[in-house]
Amino acid sequence: MNITEKILARASGKNTVSPDDVVFAKVDKVMIHDVSGPGVIKVFDKLNTQGIDTSQLHDASKVWVAEDHFVPTAEKISAENIVKLSEFTKKYGIEKHFKYGMGQYGICHTLSHEEALVSPGEVYVGGDSHTNTTGALGAFACGLGHTDVAYVLLNGEIWFKIPETFYFKLNGKLPEHVMAKDFILKIIGDIGTDGGAYNTMQFGGSGIDEMSVESRLTLTNMTTEAGAKNGIIEADEKTLNYLQQRGATNINQIKSDEDAEYAKIFEYEASEIEPIVAKPFSPENITPVRDVSSIELDKAYIGSCTGAKYEDLLAAAKILKGKQVKIRTEVLPAAISIYKRAMQEGLLQIFIDAGAMVGPPTCGACCGAHMGVLAKDEICISTTNRNFPGRMGHIDSQTYLASPLVAAASAVTGKITDPRDLN
Amino acid sequence: MKGSVIKYERDNIDTDVIIPGTYLKIHDYNELAKHAMEGLDPDFHSKVNEGDFLLAGKNFGCGSSREHAPIALSTCGIKAVLAVSFARIFYRNSVDGAFLLPIEIDEKTYQTISNNDELEINIEKNEIKNISKNETYSMKPFSEIIAKIISAGGLFKYKK
Repeated sequence: MNITEKILARASGKNTVSPDDVVFAKVDKVMIHDVSGPGVIKVFDKLNTQGIDTSQLHDASKVWVAEDHFVPTAEKISAENIVKLSEFTKKYGIEKHFKYGMGQYGICHTLSHEEALVSPGEVYVGGDSHTNTTGALGAFACGLGHTDVAYVLLNGEIWFKIPETFYFKLNGKLPEHVMAKDFILKIIGDIGTDGGAYNTMQFGGSGIDEMSVESRLTLTNMTTEAGAKNGIIEADEKTLNYLQQRGATNINQIKSDEDAEYAKIFEYEASEIEPIVAKPFSPENITPVRDVSSIELDKAYIGSCTGAKYEDLLAAAKILKGKQVKIRTEVLPAAISIYKRAMQEGLLQIFIDAGAMVGPPTCGACCGAHMGVLAKDEICISTTNRNFPGRMGHIDSQTYLASPLVAAASAVTGKITDPRDLN
Repeated sequence: MKGSVIKYERDNIDTDVIIPGTYLKIHDYNELAKHAMEGLDPDFHSKVNEGDFLLAGKNFGCGSSREHAPIALSTCGIKAVLAVSFARIFYRNSVDGAFLLPIEIDEKTYQTISNNDELEINIEKNEIKNISKNETYSMKPFSEIIAKIISAGGLFKYKK
Protein backbone atom coordinates (compact mmCIF):
# COMPACT_ATOMS: atom_id res chain seq x y z
CA MET A 1 0.00 0.00 0.00
CA ASN A 2 1.07 3.59 -0.50
CA ILE A 3 1.10 6.08 2.36
CA THR A 4 -2.47 7.32 1.87
CA GLU A 5 -3.81 3.76 1.72
CA LYS A 6 -1.84 2.79 4.84
CA ILE A 7 -3.15 5.75 6.82
CA LEU A 8 -6.75 5.11 5.79
CA ALA A 9 -6.43 1.35 6.39
CA ARG A 10 -5.12 1.96 9.90
CA ALA A 11 -7.85 4.53 10.58
CA SER A 12 -10.61 2.22 9.42
CA GLY A 13 -9.31 -0.84 11.25
CA LYS A 14 -8.48 -2.80 8.11
CA ASN A 15 -5.35 -4.74 7.21
CA THR A 16 -5.49 -3.58 3.66
CA VAL A 17 -7.47 -1.24 1.42
CA SER A 18 -7.55 -0.67 -2.33
CA PRO A 19 -8.75 2.20 -4.52
CA ASP A 20 -12.56 2.45 -4.69
CA ASP A 21 -13.10 0.68 -1.34
CA VAL A 22 -15.41 2.71 0.87
CA VAL A 23 -14.35 2.99 4.49
CA PHE A 24 -15.42 4.83 7.60
CA ALA A 25 -12.14 6.26 8.90
CA LYS A 26 -11.54 7.39 12.46
CA VAL A 27 -10.45 11.01 12.47
CA ASP A 28 -7.52 12.19 14.58
CA LYS A 29 -7.87 15.97 14.14
CA VAL A 30 -10.69 18.28 13.08
CA MET A 31 -10.58 21.97 12.22
CA ILE A 32 -13.30 24.59 11.80
CA HIS A 33 -13.00 28.33 11.21
CA ASP A 34 -15.16 31.43 11.14
CA VAL A 35 -16.88 30.35 7.92
CA SER A 36 -17.27 26.61 8.39
CA GLY A 37 -17.82 26.91 12.18
CA PRO A 38 -21.05 28.89 11.92
CA GLY A 39 -22.02 26.53 9.08
CA VAL A 40 -21.55 23.57 11.42
CA ILE A 41 -23.55 25.35 14.12
CA LYS A 42 -26.37 25.72 11.59
CA VAL A 43 -26.19 21.96 10.87
CA PHE A 44 -26.32 21.24 14.63
CA ASP A 45 -29.43 23.45 14.91
CA LYS A 46 -31.06 21.48 12.11
CA LEU A 47 -30.10 18.16 13.72
CA ASN A 48 -31.67 19.26 16.99
CA THR A 49 -35.01 19.75 15.25
CA GLN A 50 -34.66 16.18 13.92
CA GLY A 51 -34.10 14.81 17.41
CA ILE A 52 -30.38 14.07 16.89
CA ASP A 53 -28.33 14.68 20.03
CA THR A 54 -25.70 17.38 19.65
CA SER A 55 -25.13 17.99 23.34
CA GLN A 56 -21.56 16.74 23.26
CA LEU A 57 -18.78 16.20 20.80
CA HIS A 58 -17.15 12.85 20.17
CA ASP A 59 -13.81 14.21 21.46
CA ALA A 60 -13.30 17.94 21.97
CA SER A 61 -9.55 17.44 22.44
CA LYS A 62 -9.22 16.54 18.76
CA VAL A 63 -10.82 19.77 17.62
CA TRP A 64 -9.23 23.14 16.99
CA VAL A 65 -10.71 26.40 15.81
CA ALA A 66 -9.24 29.24 13.77
CA GLU A 67 -10.48 32.73 13.04
CA ASP A 68 -9.17 33.72 9.65
CA HIS A 69 -11.55 34.52 6.81
CA PHE A 70 -13.31 37.66 7.99
CA VAL A 71 -10.94 38.86 10.71
CA PRO A 72 -10.29 41.40 12.02
CA THR A 73 -14.07 41.34 11.84
CA ALA A 74 -15.09 42.97 8.58
CA GLU A 75 -18.61 44.08 9.55
CA LYS A 76 -21.51 43.12 11.79
CA ILE A 77 -22.26 39.65 10.43
CA SER A 78 -18.65 38.50 10.65
CA ALA A 79 -18.40 39.91 14.16
CA GLU A 80 -21.46 37.89 15.12
CA ASN A 81 -19.90 34.78 13.60
CA ILE A 82 -16.82 35.25 15.78
CA VAL A 83 -19.05 35.54 18.86
CA LYS A 84 -20.87 32.35 17.79
CA LEU A 85 -17.52 30.54 17.52
CA SER A 86 -16.56 31.56 21.05
CA GLU A 87 -19.91 30.37 22.38
CA PHE A 88 -19.44 27.09 20.54
CA THR A 89 -15.94 26.39 21.88
CA LYS A 90 -17.03 27.31 25.40
CA LYS A 91 -20.13 25.11 25.25
CA TYR A 92 -18.24 22.06 24.00
CA GLY A 93 -15.02 22.55 25.96
CA ILE A 94 -12.77 23.06 22.93
CA GLU A 95 -9.52 24.42 24.31
CA LYS A 96 -7.60 24.98 21.10
CA HIS A 97 -9.33 28.12 19.88
CA PHE A 98 -6.90 30.50 18.19
CA LYS A 99 -8.63 33.82 18.75
CA TYR A 100 -7.40 36.76 16.76
CA GLY A 101 -5.78 39.37 18.93
CA MET A 102 -5.20 36.83 21.71
CA GLY A 103 -1.81 35.16 21.40
CA GLN A 104 -1.16 32.93 18.40
CA TYR A 105 -3.63 33.32 15.51
CA GLY A 106 -3.67 33.22 11.75
CA ILE A 107 -4.86 31.27 8.75
CA CYS A 108 -6.10 27.81 9.76
CA HIS A 109 -3.78 25.86 7.42
CA THR A 110 -0.78 27.88 8.52
CA LEU A 111 -1.59 27.22 12.18
CA SER A 112 -1.81 23.49 11.42
CA HIS A 113 1.93 23.45 10.73
CA GLU A 114 3.16 26.46 12.72
CA GLU A 115 1.61 24.98 15.86
CA ALA A 116 2.36 21.33 14.92
CA LEU A 117 -1.32 20.52 15.36
CA VAL A 118 -1.19 17.54 13.00
CA SER A 119 1.35 14.69 12.99
CA PRO A 120 2.53 12.33 10.26
CA GLY A 121 0.21 9.36 9.78
CA GLU A 122 -2.87 11.08 11.19
CA VAL A 123 -6.26 11.55 9.54
CA TYR A 124 -7.02 15.25 9.62
CA VAL A 125 -10.16 16.84 8.19
CA GLY A 126 -11.08 20.49 8.11
CA GLY A 127 -13.98 22.62 7.05
CA ASP A 128 -11.97 24.23 4.29
CA SER A 129 -10.85 23.01 0.88
CA HIS A 130 -7.21 23.89 1.44
CA THR A 131 -7.00 21.46 4.36
CA ASN A 132 -4.95 19.46 1.81
CA THR A 133 -2.03 21.75 2.77
CA THR A 134 -1.21 19.83 5.91
CA GLY A 135 -0.58 16.62 3.95
CA ALA A 136 2.98 17.92 3.44
CA LEU A 137 3.62 16.75 7.01
CA GLY A 138 2.88 13.14 6.01
CA ALA A 139 -0.74 13.11 7.19
CA PHE A 140 -3.95 12.35 5.31
CA ALA A 141 -5.44 15.85 5.20
CA CYS A 142 -8.72 16.47 3.43
CA GLY A 143 -11.26 19.28 3.17
CA LEU A 144 -14.95 18.69 3.87
CA GLY A 145 -18.19 20.68 4.01
CA HIS A 146 -20.27 21.65 7.03
CA THR A 147 -22.46 18.55 7.20
CA ASP A 148 -19.48 16.19 6.98
CA VAL A 149 -17.52 18.14 9.59
CA ALA A 150 -20.57 18.18 11.87
CA TYR A 151 -20.73 14.40 11.42
CA VAL A 152 -17.05 14.05 12.34
CA LEU A 153 -17.46 16.28 15.41
CA LEU A 154 -20.32 14.14 16.69
CA ASN A 155 -19.15 10.68 15.59
CA GLY A 156 -15.36 10.85 15.30
CA GLU A 157 -15.34 9.24 11.88
CA ILE A 158 -16.33 9.86 8.27
CA TRP A 159 -16.65 7.90 5.03
CA PHE A 160 -14.03 8.01 2.31
CA LYS A 161 -13.67 6.25 -0.97
CA ILE A 162 -10.04 5.11 -1.12
CA PRO A 163 -8.46 7.30 -3.79
CA GLU A 164 -6.09 6.32 -6.54
CA THR A 165 -2.70 7.98 -6.14
CA PHE A 166 -0.86 10.06 -8.71
CA TYR A 167 2.83 10.29 -7.89
CA PHE A 168 4.72 13.45 -8.88
CA LYS A 169 8.45 12.92 -8.89
CA LEU A 170 10.77 15.90 -8.95
CA ASN A 171 14.37 15.20 -9.94
CA GLY A 172 16.98 17.67 -8.78
CA LYS A 173 16.88 20.98 -7.01
CA LEU A 174 14.73 23.85 -8.29
CA PRO A 175 16.87 26.64 -9.83
CA GLU A 176 17.36 29.97 -8.13
CA HIS A 177 14.34 32.25 -8.75
CA VAL A 178 12.08 29.23 -9.08
CA MET A 179 9.88 28.32 -6.13
CA ALA A 180 7.56 25.45 -5.18
CA LYS A 181 4.71 27.67 -6.38
CA ASP A 182 6.09 27.57 -9.92
CA PHE A 183 6.29 23.77 -9.76
CA ILE A 184 2.72 23.28 -8.57
CA LEU A 185 1.39 25.78 -11.13
CA LYS A 186 3.26 23.81 -13.80
CA ILE A 187 1.62 20.59 -12.60
CA ILE A 188 -1.87 22.12 -12.55
CA GLY A 189 -1.26 23.52 -16.02
CA ASP A 190 -0.32 20.03 -17.20
CA ILE A 191 -3.14 18.03 -15.61
CA GLY A 192 -5.88 20.68 -15.36
CA THR A 193 -8.16 21.78 -12.55
CA ASP A 194 -9.83 18.38 -12.56
CA GLY A 195 -6.64 16.45 -13.33
CA GLY A 196 -6.33 15.16 -9.77
CA ALA A 197 -10.06 14.98 -9.07
CA TYR A 198 -11.04 12.49 -6.34
CA ASN A 199 -7.44 11.24 -6.28
CA THR A 200 -4.36 11.62 -4.12
CA MET A 201 -1.45 13.70 -5.34
CA GLN A 202 1.74 12.45 -3.73
CA PHE A 203 5.10 14.17 -4.18
CA GLY A 204 8.55 12.69 -3.92
CA GLY A 205 12.00 12.45 -5.45
CA SER A 206 15.27 14.22 -4.84
CA GLY A 207 13.73 17.64 -5.55
CA ILE A 208 11.22 17.14 -2.76
CA ASP A 209 13.93 15.86 -0.41
CA GLU A 210 15.83 19.08 -1.11
CA MET A 211 12.82 21.26 -0.38
CA SER A 212 12.07 22.91 2.93
CA VAL A 213 8.91 21.88 4.76
CA GLU A 214 7.37 25.27 3.95
CA SER A 215 7.96 24.77 0.22
CA ARG A 216 6.39 21.32 0.40
CA LEU A 217 3.34 22.90 2.04
CA THR A 218 2.92 25.11 -1.03
CA LEU A 219 2.72 21.99 -3.20
CA THR A 220 0.12 20.15 -1.16
CA ASN A 221 -1.84 23.38 -0.62
CA MET A 222 -2.60 23.71 -4.30
CA THR A 223 -3.46 20.05 -4.91
CA THR A 224 -6.91 21.42 -4.12
CA GLU A 225 -6.74 23.43 -7.35
CA ALA A 226 -6.31 20.16 -9.27
CA GLY A 227 -9.38 18.73 -7.52
CA ALA A 228 -7.42 16.23 -5.40
CA LYS A 229 -8.86 14.58 -2.31
CA ASN A 230 -5.51 15.00 -0.60
CA GLY A 231 -1.92 15.92 -1.28
CA ILE A 232 0.76 14.08 0.63
CA ILE A 233 4.50 13.95 1.17
CA GLU A 234 6.18 11.31 3.32
CA ALA A 235 7.70 12.76 6.47
CA ASP A 236 11.49 12.79 6.68
CA GLU A 237 14.09 14.20 9.08
CA LYS A 238 13.22 17.74 7.99
CA THR A 239 9.57 17.16 8.84
CA LEU A 240 10.41 15.69 12.22
CA ASN A 241 12.76 18.54 13.09
CA TYR A 242 10.20 21.08 11.94
CA LEU A 243 7.51 19.56 14.13
CA GLN A 244 9.78 19.02 17.13
CA GLN A 245 10.87 22.64 17.02
CA ARG A 246 7.19 23.47 17.35
CA GLY A 247 6.63 21.26 20.35
CA ALA A 248 5.45 17.99 18.79
CA THR A 249 6.34 14.76 20.58
CA ASN A 250 5.72 11.07 19.92
CA ILE A 251 5.83 11.48 16.18
CA ASN A 252 5.18 8.34 14.17
CA GLN A 253 6.22 7.97 10.59
CA ILE A 254 4.36 6.08 7.91
CA LYS A 255 5.94 5.50 4.53
CA SER A 256 4.67 3.79 1.40
CA ASP A 257 5.55 0.10 1.09
CA GLU A 258 8.32 -0.84 -1.33
CA ASP A 259 5.73 -2.39 -3.66
CA ALA A 260 3.19 0.45 -3.31
CA GLU A 261 1.06 1.03 -6.37
CA TYR A 262 0.42 4.34 -8.08
CA ALA A 263 -2.20 4.91 -10.75
CA LYS A 264 0.12 7.23 -12.63
CA ILE A 265 3.65 8.58 -12.22
CA PHE A 266 4.61 12.03 -13.48
CA GLU A 267 8.28 12.92 -13.63
CA TYR A 268 9.73 16.43 -13.74
CA GLU A 269 13.28 17.72 -14.07
CA ALA A 270 13.73 20.63 -11.65
CA SER A 271 16.21 22.36 -13.95
CA GLU A 272 13.52 22.71 -16.64
CA ILE A 273 11.02 24.56 -14.45
CA GLU A 274 10.92 28.33 -14.76
CA PRO A 275 8.92 31.15 -13.19
CA ILE A 276 5.26 30.71 -14.11
CA VAL A 277 2.03 32.62 -13.68
CA ALA A 278 -1.54 31.38 -13.98
CA LYS A 279 -3.50 33.92 -16.00
CA PRO A 280 -7.12 34.76 -15.30
CA PHE A 281 -9.43 32.94 -14.83
CA SER A 282 -8.11 29.55 -13.85
CA PRO A 283 -5.11 28.11 -11.98
CA GLU A 284 -4.56 25.82 -15.00
CA ASN A 285 -4.17 28.75 -17.37
CA ILE A 286 -0.40 28.91 -17.01
CA THR A 287 2.31 30.61 -19.00
CA PRO A 288 5.99 31.45 -18.44
CA VAL A 289 6.29 34.83 -16.71
CA ARG A 290 8.32 36.23 -19.59
CA ASP A 291 5.41 35.64 -22.00
CA VAL A 292 3.20 38.12 -20.17
CA SER A 293 5.78 40.68 -19.06
CA SER A 294 3.95 43.51 -20.83
CA ILE A 295 0.90 43.22 -18.57
CA GLU A 296 0.50 46.37 -16.48
CA LEU A 297 -0.66 45.79 -12.92
CA ASP A 298 -2.67 47.71 -10.34
CA LYS A 299 -1.74 45.68 -7.33
CA ALA A 300 0.50 43.03 -5.77
CA TYR A 301 -0.85 40.83 -3.01
CA ILE A 302 1.53 38.75 -0.90
CA GLY A 303 -0.67 36.79 1.45
CA SER A 304 -2.67 33.60 2.14
CA CYS A 305 -1.90 30.06 3.33
CA THR A 306 -0.26 29.47 -0.04
CA GLY A 307 2.09 32.42 -0.25
CA ALA A 308 2.71 34.16 3.08
CA LYS A 309 4.69 31.66 5.11
CA TYR A 310 8.00 32.88 6.53
CA GLU A 311 9.98 31.60 3.57
CA ASP A 312 7.60 33.36 1.17
CA LEU A 313 8.08 36.66 2.98
CA LEU A 314 11.83 36.15 2.98
CA ALA A 315 11.79 35.64 -0.80
CA ALA A 316 9.71 38.78 -1.32
CA ALA A 317 11.95 40.78 1.03
CA LYS A 318 15.08 39.78 -0.90
CA ILE A 319 13.57 41.41 -3.97
CA LEU A 320 12.07 44.44 -2.23
CA LYS A 321 15.10 45.32 -0.12
CA GLY A 322 16.18 48.85 -0.98
CA LYS A 323 13.58 49.16 -3.74
CA GLN A 324 10.31 51.05 -4.08
CA VAL A 325 7.03 49.51 -5.17
CA LYS A 326 5.35 51.01 -8.23
CA ILE A 327 1.88 49.62 -7.49
CA ARG A 328 -0.15 49.12 -4.34
CA THR A 329 1.44 46.21 -2.53
CA GLU A 330 -0.02 44.36 0.41
CA VAL A 331 1.89 41.91 2.59
CA LEU A 332 -0.18 39.86 5.02
CA PRO A 333 1.85 37.24 6.94
CA ALA A 334 -0.19 34.05 7.29
CA ALA A 335 0.09 33.78 11.09
CA ILE A 336 1.11 36.12 13.87
CA SER A 337 4.08 33.85 14.71
CA ILE A 338 5.33 34.45 11.15
CA TYR A 339 4.58 38.16 11.45
CA LYS A 340 6.64 38.30 14.63
CA ARG A 341 9.58 36.47 13.11
CA ALA A 342 9.41 38.71 10.02
CA MET A 343 9.46 41.69 12.35
CA GLN A 344 12.41 40.39 14.35
CA GLU A 345 14.37 39.57 11.18
CA GLY A 346 13.74 43.01 9.70
CA LEU A 347 11.50 41.86 6.84
CA LEU A 348 8.58 44.07 7.80
CA GLN A 349 10.92 47.06 7.83
CA ILE A 350 11.98 46.18 4.28
CA PHE A 351 8.35 45.96 3.12
CA ILE A 352 7.36 49.24 4.73
CA ASP A 353 10.49 51.02 3.51
CA ALA A 354 9.61 49.80 0.00
CA GLY A 355 6.24 51.50 0.39
CA ALA A 356 4.16 48.34 0.86
CA MET A 357 1.36 47.91 3.37
CA VAL A 358 1.80 45.25 6.03
CA GLY A 359 -1.48 43.81 7.26
CA PRO A 360 -2.62 41.31 9.87
CA PRO A 361 -2.88 37.55 9.32
CA THR A 362 -6.15 36.90 7.49
CA CYS A 363 -7.54 35.14 4.42
CA GLY A 364 -8.53 38.70 3.53
CA ALA A 365 -8.69 39.45 -0.16
CA CYS A 366 -7.56 35.97 -1.23
CA CYS A 367 -11.19 34.88 -1.04
CA GLY A 368 -12.62 38.31 -1.82
CA ALA A 369 -13.63 38.79 1.80
CA HIS A 370 -12.03 42.11 2.75
CA MET A 371 -8.69 43.92 3.20
CA GLY A 372 -7.85 44.78 -0.35
CA VAL A 373 -10.51 43.32 -2.64
CA LEU A 374 -10.26 44.32 -6.28
CA ALA A 375 -12.35 46.83 -8.21
CA LYS A 376 -13.77 46.35 -11.72
CA ASP A 377 -10.98 45.90 -14.27
CA GLU A 378 -8.22 45.99 -11.65
CA ILE A 379 -5.35 43.60 -12.33
CA CYS A 380 -3.52 41.96 -9.45
CA ILE A 381 -0.52 39.68 -9.15
CA SER A 382 -1.02 37.45 -6.16
CA THR A 383 0.74 34.71 -4.22
CA THR A 384 -2.65 33.12 -3.49
CA ASN A 385 -4.19 29.96 -4.91
CA ARG A 386 -7.24 30.76 -7.05
CA ASN A 387 -8.11 33.23 -9.76
CA PHE A 388 -11.63 32.27 -10.76
CA PRO A 389 -13.91 35.15 -11.87
CA GLY A 390 -14.59 37.39 -8.89
CA ARG A 391 -12.35 35.42 -6.57
CA MET A 392 -10.55 38.50 -5.19
CA GLY A 393 -13.32 41.02 -5.66
CA HIS A 394 -15.22 42.37 -8.66
CA ILE A 395 -16.32 39.81 -11.24
CA ASP A 396 -14.38 41.81 -13.86
CA SER A 397 -11.18 42.08 -11.84
CA GLN A 398 -8.23 39.88 -12.85
CA THR A 399 -5.78 37.90 -10.78
CA TYR A 400 -2.48 36.41 -11.95
CA LEU A 401 -1.23 33.70 -9.59
CA ALA A 402 2.50 33.73 -8.97
CA SER A 403 5.32 32.92 -6.57
CA PRO A 404 6.33 35.48 -3.93
CA LEU A 405 9.48 36.22 -5.96
CA VAL A 406 7.46 37.00 -9.08
CA ALA A 407 4.88 39.02 -7.14
CA ALA A 408 7.60 41.09 -5.46
CA ALA A 409 9.53 41.65 -8.71
CA SER A 410 6.28 42.74 -10.36
CA ALA A 411 5.54 45.12 -7.48
CA VAL A 412 8.85 46.83 -8.18
CA THR A 413 8.25 47.33 -11.92
CA GLY A 414 4.45 47.64 -11.98
CA LYS A 415 4.37 45.00 -14.72
CA ILE A 416 4.46 41.22 -14.55
CA THR A 417 8.14 40.55 -14.10
CA ASP A 418 10.39 37.52 -14.05
CA PRO A 419 12.72 37.94 -11.06
CA ARG A 420 15.64 36.98 -13.33
CA ASP A 421 14.99 40.15 -15.35
CA LEU A 422 15.03 42.55 -12.42
CA ASN A 423 18.11 44.75 -12.28
CA MET B 1 -38.63 14.40 -10.48
CA LYS B 2 -39.92 16.73 -13.15
CA GLY B 3 -38.67 20.19 -13.97
CA SER B 4 -37.21 22.44 -16.60
CA VAL B 5 -33.57 23.00 -17.41
CA ILE B 6 -31.42 26.05 -16.84
CA LYS B 7 -28.35 25.43 -18.94
CA TYR B 8 -24.93 27.06 -18.77
CA GLU B 9 -22.62 25.92 -21.54
CA ARG B 10 -19.54 26.09 -19.45
CA ASP B 11 -16.98 23.82 -17.80
CA ASN B 12 -15.37 24.44 -14.40
CA ILE B 13 -18.22 26.45 -12.88
CA ASP B 14 -16.53 27.09 -9.56
CA THR B 15 -17.82 27.86 -6.11
CA ASP B 16 -16.75 31.51 -6.37
CA VAL B 17 -19.24 31.81 -9.24
CA ILE B 18 -21.95 29.74 -7.52
CA ILE B 19 -21.74 31.85 -4.35
CA PRO B 20 -19.05 34.56 -4.21
CA GLY B 21 -16.68 34.66 -1.24
CA THR B 22 -18.08 37.83 0.21
CA TYR B 23 -21.27 35.93 1.15
CA LEU B 24 -19.49 33.18 3.08
CA LYS B 25 -20.23 35.00 6.31
CA ILE B 26 -23.97 34.51 5.66
CA HIS B 27 -25.65 31.39 6.99
CA ASP B 28 -29.28 32.36 6.35
CA TYR B 29 -30.31 30.00 3.54
CA ASN B 30 -32.85 32.39 1.99
CA GLU B 31 -30.33 35.19 1.91
CA LEU B 32 -27.74 32.91 0.26
CA ALA B 33 -30.30 31.87 -2.36
CA LYS B 34 -30.59 35.48 -3.54
CA HIS B 35 -26.92 35.39 -4.55
CA ALA B 36 -26.82 31.94 -6.16
CA MET B 37 -24.84 31.88 -9.42
CA GLU B 38 -24.27 35.61 -9.03
CA GLY B 39 -20.82 35.35 -10.60
CA LEU B 40 -22.29 34.08 -13.85
CA ASP B 41 -25.92 35.12 -13.94
CA PRO B 42 -27.12 37.67 -11.38
CA ASP B 43 -30.76 37.00 -12.42
CA PHE B 44 -30.50 33.28 -11.69
CA HIS B 45 -32.50 33.51 -8.48
CA SER B 46 -35.53 34.97 -10.25
CA LYS B 47 -35.32 32.48 -13.16
CA VAL B 48 -35.57 29.31 -11.07
CA ASN B 49 -38.83 27.57 -10.36
CA GLU B 50 -39.08 24.98 -7.60
CA GLY B 51 -37.96 21.63 -8.97
CA ASP B 52 -35.81 22.95 -11.82
CA PHE B 53 -32.54 21.39 -12.93
CA LEU B 54 -29.24 23.10 -13.56
CA LEU B 55 -27.19 21.76 -16.49
CA ALA B 56 -23.48 22.43 -17.03
CA GLY B 57 -20.25 20.91 -18.38
CA LYS B 58 -17.39 19.25 -16.58
CA ASN B 59 -15.91 19.81 -13.10
CA PHE B 60 -19.00 21.59 -11.74
CA GLY B 61 -18.48 23.04 -8.26
CA CYS B 62 -14.69 23.10 -8.28
CA GLY B 63 -12.91 25.32 -5.81
CA SER B 64 -13.83 25.71 -2.19
CA SER B 65 -15.52 23.46 0.35
CA ARG B 66 -18.27 25.99 1.02
CA GLU B 67 -21.51 24.15 1.64
CA HIS B 68 -23.10 27.50 0.82
CA ALA B 69 -22.91 26.40 -2.84
CA PRO B 70 -25.38 23.49 -2.81
CA ILE B 71 -27.39 25.31 -0.12
CA ALA B 72 -27.83 28.41 -2.30
CA LEU B 73 -28.81 26.35 -5.35
CA SER B 74 -31.23 24.07 -3.50
CA THR B 75 -32.85 26.93 -1.59
CA CYS B 76 -33.55 28.58 -4.96
CA GLY B 77 -35.43 25.44 -5.92
CA ILE B 78 -32.83 23.44 -7.86
CA LYS B 79 -33.48 19.74 -7.26
CA ALA B 80 -30.59 18.34 -9.27
CA VAL B 81 -27.49 19.51 -11.05
CA LEU B 82 -26.74 17.61 -14.25
CA ALA B 83 -23.11 17.85 -15.27
CA VAL B 84 -20.47 15.94 -17.20
CA SER B 85 -18.44 15.72 -13.98
CA PHE B 86 -18.36 17.20 -10.49
CA ALA B 87 -15.66 18.44 -8.13
CA ARG B 88 -15.49 16.17 -5.11
CA ILE B 89 -16.43 18.44 -2.20
CA PHE B 90 -19.43 19.94 -4.01
CA TYR B 91 -20.54 16.41 -4.87
CA ARG B 92 -20.34 15.06 -1.34
CA ASN B 93 -21.79 18.21 0.21
CA SER B 94 -24.82 17.91 -2.09
CA VAL B 95 -25.38 14.27 -1.11
CA ASP B 96 -24.35 14.18 2.56
CA GLY B 97 -26.34 17.32 3.34
CA ALA B 98 -29.26 16.09 1.15
CA PHE B 99 -29.45 19.42 -0.65
CA LEU B 100 -29.70 18.29 -4.26
CA LEU B 101 -28.79 15.40 -6.55
CA PRO B 102 -25.52 15.63 -8.47
CA ILE B 103 -26.23 13.67 -11.64
CA GLU B 104 -23.42 12.77 -14.01
CA ILE B 105 -24.27 12.61 -17.69
CA ASP B 106 -22.14 12.02 -20.74
CA GLU B 107 -20.88 14.77 -23.01
CA LYS B 108 -23.40 13.96 -25.75
CA THR B 109 -26.37 14.20 -23.39
CA TYR B 110 -25.03 17.52 -22.11
CA GLN B 111 -24.82 18.82 -25.67
CA THR B 112 -28.27 17.47 -26.59
CA ILE B 113 -30.33 18.92 -23.74
CA SER B 114 -31.31 22.55 -24.35
CA ASN B 115 -32.13 25.41 -22.06
CA ASN B 116 -35.78 25.26 -20.91
CA ASP B 117 -36.24 21.60 -21.91
CA GLU B 118 -38.67 19.77 -19.64
CA LEU B 119 -37.09 16.70 -18.07
CA GLU B 120 -38.32 13.82 -15.98
CA ILE B 121 -35.57 12.08 -14.03
CA ASN B 122 -35.92 8.59 -12.62
CA ILE B 123 -32.94 7.75 -10.40
CA GLU B 124 -34.16 4.17 -9.80
CA LYS B 125 -33.90 3.50 -13.52
CA ASN B 126 -30.94 5.85 -14.10
CA GLU B 127 -33.05 7.45 -16.78
CA ILE B 128 -33.61 11.00 -17.96
CA LYS B 129 -36.66 11.58 -20.14
CA ASN B 130 -36.63 14.76 -22.22
CA ILE B 131 -40.33 15.59 -22.55
CA SER B 132 -39.70 18.58 -24.82
CA LYS B 133 -37.62 16.59 -27.30
CA ASN B 134 -39.26 13.22 -26.73
CA GLU B 135 -35.90 11.57 -26.09
CA THR B 136 -34.49 9.41 -23.30
CA TYR B 137 -30.93 9.40 -21.98
CA SER B 138 -29.14 7.41 -19.35
CA MET B 139 -27.40 8.93 -16.35
CA LYS B 140 -24.33 7.49 -14.65
CA PRO B 141 -25.57 5.31 -11.78
CA PHE B 142 -24.69 6.48 -8.29
CA SER B 143 -22.03 4.42 -6.52
CA GLU B 144 -23.33 2.12 -3.78
CA ILE B 145 -22.52 4.41 -0.84
CA ILE B 146 -23.91 7.49 -2.60
CA ALA B 147 -27.13 5.67 -3.53
CA LYS B 148 -27.58 4.57 0.08
CA ILE B 149 -26.99 8.07 1.50
CA ILE B 150 -29.38 9.58 -1.05
CA SER B 151 -32.10 7.09 -0.32
CA ALA B 152 -31.69 7.62 3.45
CA GLY B 153 -31.96 11.39 3.01
CA GLY B 154 -28.43 12.44 3.90
CA LEU B 155 -25.43 11.20 5.87
CA PHE B 156 -26.92 11.62 9.34
CA LYS B 157 -30.01 9.60 8.42
CA TYR B 158 -27.92 6.96 6.65
CA LYS B 159 -25.76 6.23 9.66
CA LYS B 160 -27.41 7.19 12.90
